[in-house]
Formats: sequence, C-alpha cells, structure tokens
Amino acid sequence: MSIDRRQFLLITAGVAAAGLAGKQTLSVFAENQARKSDGFAGKRWAMLIDLKKCHENEGCTKCIDACHLTHNVPHFGNKKDEIKWIWKEKFEHAFVEQENYFVPEQVKQKPVLLFCNHCSNPPCVSVCPTQATWKRKDGIVMMDWHRCVGCRYCMAACPYGSRSFNWREPRTHIKQLNPDFPTRTKGVVEKCTFCDERLARGLKPACVESCPVKAMVFGDLENPNSEIRKMLGETFTMRRKPELGTQPEIYYII
Amino acid sequence: MYDTGKVLIGILIFILVFTSPMLINLSGGKASVKANPVLPKSGKCIESKEYMKGYHMEMLDTWRNLVVRQDVRFLKKADGTFFMLNGVKAEMSLTKTCMSCHDNKAKFCDECHNYLEVKPYCWDCHIDPAIAKKGVKK
Repeated sequence: MSIDRRQFLLITAGVAAAGLAGKQTLSVFAENQARKSDGFAGKRWAMLIDLKKCHENEGCTKCIDACHLTHNVPHFGNKKDEIKWIWKEKFEHAFVEQENYFVPEQVKQKPVLLFCNHCSNPPCVSVCPTQATWKRKDGIVMMDWHRCVGCRYCMAACPYGSRSFNWREPRTHIKQLNPDFPTRTKGVVEKCTFCDERLARGLKPACVESCPVKAMVFGDLENPNSEIRKMLGETFTMRRKPELGTQPEIYYII
Repeated sequence: MYDTGKVLIGILIFILVFTSPMLINLSGGKASVKANPVLPKSGKCIESKEYMKGYHMEMLDTWRNLVVRQDVRFLKKADGTFFMLNGVKAEMSLTKTCMSCHDNKAKFCDECHNYLEVKPYCWDCHIDPAIAKKGVKK
C-alpha cells in the first residue's frame, strides 16, 4: 500500500508532535531532579513588611546595613550610581496608585522599605536576552551575574526600580568586604535575590534576621500554616502597583 | 669577501646569543622558567592532581551552573555522601572550599595562570582571601 501526500504529512506531523511532547516531559523531570535544595525548601517565598512596626525605630537602617554587608553592595554616595537592594522611599513614590489626597501624616511622612518584589509574573525575566535572570521554582527571581551582559532591558521592564546597574567599578566602593559573597563588576545589573545563598544553608534572609522589631516576616505562601499566611489572613495588606499584573510577593501592612 | 674577520666574529656572536639558552642549560644553569605552584602542606584534595591540572576550570564551571542556576550547593562524593570541610558540608565554592586549603592565590593560582598567560576573570568578582583578610580595597 502506498501512502498519499496527505497521509504522509499527517504521519510526519504526528511523529514530530509526539517527539516534542516526549522531550518536554523529560526535561521537566530533569529539572525536578536538579532542584533539590538542601536548606529551606519552600514553594513560594514571600515577605511581609509591617510598616507600623518598622516606623517604631525612626531612622533605623539595620536591615539595609545587614543586606549591604552580606552582599558586598557598593556605596557611591550619589543617586545616579546608587545600587539598590533594600532602600527607603516616600509613601507616595512607593504606592503611586494611591490617589487619596488626604493621607494620615504618619503614613505620608514615614519611608517605605522597598525590595525586589520577586513577582510571580516578572517582566524582567521575559525581556532578558541571555537568561541571566529567571524565575526559580520557589518563586525567587534569581540572577546569574556570570551571564549578565548589561543590556539593562530588565531595568527598563521592572516597574518597581528594583534593579541597579553598575556604572562604575563597585569593588573600590565597598566599605567592608564579605569574602563569602562575590562582588559584581562594572557593566552588570544587580538586585535583591531573597538571600538565596542563606536559604540554601537554612538561614532566613539577612534583613529579616537583623530587624530589631521583627517588622519583616519571611515565609512560604503555599504552606497554609506558615506565619506569613496567617498574618496575611488576619491583616489587610497592600502590594505595590497590583494593577500591572506582575503579582508582587512583597506585602505591606501600612 | 670583504672584512672576512669581522663577518666571522659577527656570525660567531650571533650563534652564541642564539643558542645561549641551550648553552646555559648544558652548563648546569637554568634558562627556562617553570611554573611552581605551592601546594598546601597537608590535606587531600577532592580530586587527583592530574584531573585538577587538566580540568579544574571545567569543574568550576559545572559548580557555578549547579549552584547558581539549579541551587544544588553542596559537594557530593561518588557514593552520594557529602564532602565535609571543618565539620560542615562543603559547598561547591571556589572561595569557600578550594581556597580554604589553597589559600594563597598568588603562589597557587597565579603561578600557573601567569606562566600560561591566561587571565581567568574569577577574581573580578570573587574575593581573594588575602584581600578579604587585609580588608584592603583592590
């Protein structure tokens, strides 16, 4: 029996589809194998910041200091070159979509702590041409500084300004070097990584640990018994620019 | 031939200069430079010397991808158990694991790298323990 043109095409397409599907399944299994953290195994990391507690200690920068010391974040002393992992911003700048004309003074005046939001739907990831930034299975928007080519597409895509570019050689502007963490080089983008290196060793992020009033809660959103889930269930919280659909994973109690 | 004497002397000098490395070697001297990395006095490396000589860069590359991209952090032996370093699980880390024994970058890493004129950019970001100890800015 000979096959006609139509049958030939059908068979070819069928085999190709089966092959592709098979390959996809295999690669998913391979990834699952690879992703075996020996530290905290969370499914969807998130953070809750209680700004009321945070504002108890006015002018406190302990979390910023701890983060910057842990990750060798440089200080250039000017806004243009600033490298931001955790930073403070005015309420109206952090929550731009809040259009209320009259806001309580203590909210208006006090700064908001900002981080990378580790969005569930991160726009920075989809624009990265080298896959130097990607979404980990546990929700962390991770960065591979080895692979960053410094194109700054991610900075343009991030609606939160969470990414900073090293315009200048950073190492000469680090007050105290932490030998356990690399510095970055000129021409590389950097941001908060939720302390992935500490999570792997079973430690909480440096900022969370350093907060004297425990204003930050870090945990797994997929676990209904986690502290963060309970707190999110009890208190009304806000996220930055939710209307953009990026689904940030940093929650604020105002 | 004009100036035969001068030409012959010239040729002789040329030959002497040109073969000087061989002559120095013959007379018991050392004309060539050899890379001589200083190894730690005690302890056993995770791999054989021969493997490390040839493939340490590939191993570090694999480590880097495993740690950064797949969050597989700790070093395992062939039998699946973890390597221990000073009582804790050894990380796949140049600075934390390799350089905890090979702590002198100048006398270990640079020795061969300079000899071969290769310039790995590891230390553009990763911190040489000596610099960290001194706390001196690069």
